[in-house]
Amino acid sequence: MFTLVEMTDTVRIPPHLFHIKLNDAVIEELNNKFANKVVYNVGLCIALFDITKLEDSFIFPGDGASHTRVHFRYVVFRPFMDEILQGRIRSCSREGVHVSLGFFDDILIPPDALQQPSKFDESEQVWVWEYETEEGTHDLFMDINEEIRFRVVDEVFVDTTPTGPKVSEAAESDKEAKKSPYSLVGTISEPGLGLLSWWNSVG
Amino acid sequence: MNSFPFRVNDQAAMLSNYEVYSLLKEIESKGKKKKSRAQQNLATITYETLNYLKNTPCTLQNPEMVSEFMEALGPYNLTKAEKLQLLNHRPSSAVEIQLIIEESEERLTEEQIDELLQLVADKLPDPNAPEGGGEGEEGGEGGTERMEEEEE
Repeated sequence: MFTLVEMTDTVRIPPHLFHIKLNDAVIEELNNKFANKVVYNVGLCIALFDITKLEDSFIFPGDGASHTRVHFRYVVFRPFMDEILQGRIRSCSREGVHVSLGFFDDILIPPDALQQPSKFDESEQVWVWEYETEEGTHDLFMDINEEIRFRVVDEVFVDTTPTGPKVSEAAESDKEAKKSPYSLVGTISEPGLGLLSWWNSVG
Repeated sequence: MNSFPFRVNDQAAMLSNYEVYSLLKEIESKGKKKKSRAQQNLATITYETLNYLKNTPCTLQNPEMVSEFMEALGPYNLTKAEKLQLLNHRPSSAVEIQLIIEESEERLTEEQIDELLQLVADKLPDPNAPEGGGEGEEGGEGGTERMEEEEE
């Protein structure tokens, strides 16, 4: 679920950080810039792994800060396709089951990827797997905060960088803009997937 | 203009949960010592990720175990991703193995699946074990500390 990503970036060290070592200042700036942020088509950045190369620093006219080109490696959360992950159910809605990993919340398991047959219980607002046995059907509720195991089947990156002034249809595009920059789509329609409690007794 | 980071290689390596866990532990302890300027984003993500990883089997692993486990997996012809998931999830039932390993019915015999399960059980510590890991779930940290003491 975690990968190392090699990146290069120009880091600006403001003068008030000149008293500490360049390495430490760079580490701090890189962590300020990337930690807990989603980089488009890269993933959710967690923490700096190491610096592989520091190039020469420059000072530009009119700016007291130094600029350094840095090659570094970052720890990034980006599960590969078909990876199995374990999380907790955050909420259930008509759109499906929302799952959270604690540090990452934008995971959706759509209704057609649930165990079949499943239905949405309106009164309890939870999804229910109508598990069929010889003695009839058992309703298995997918309660909030239960531990759930799922397979990652798709990832969606949305470019949320600000664009120029809106020309028209501003109201509609505003709604779109609220999308999260990185979201995952999961499935649990396989034996072994779903709430952990469903499968514990089997093993 | 070119303030956006230039990505050199976005698949440099996959990291196991254990590697991330130990890195974040280090960052957390450093942050506590310094207490200088607050690195809010880093502190948040470190805290949240550690909280998640605390509930995974990786807390009890160490580098020797991991490399030994990886060597033992050699003869099974698994892909990197499959090995990594075996390590991260520490499967304890055949159904979990089938999830992690693609087309496991064709690639592995039933005996091999049993062998794999045995291997996982032998080489990687069980976080829910009644002995060894202390009283199990009551605080993963306590468990690790006790493990270290036993080794010394």
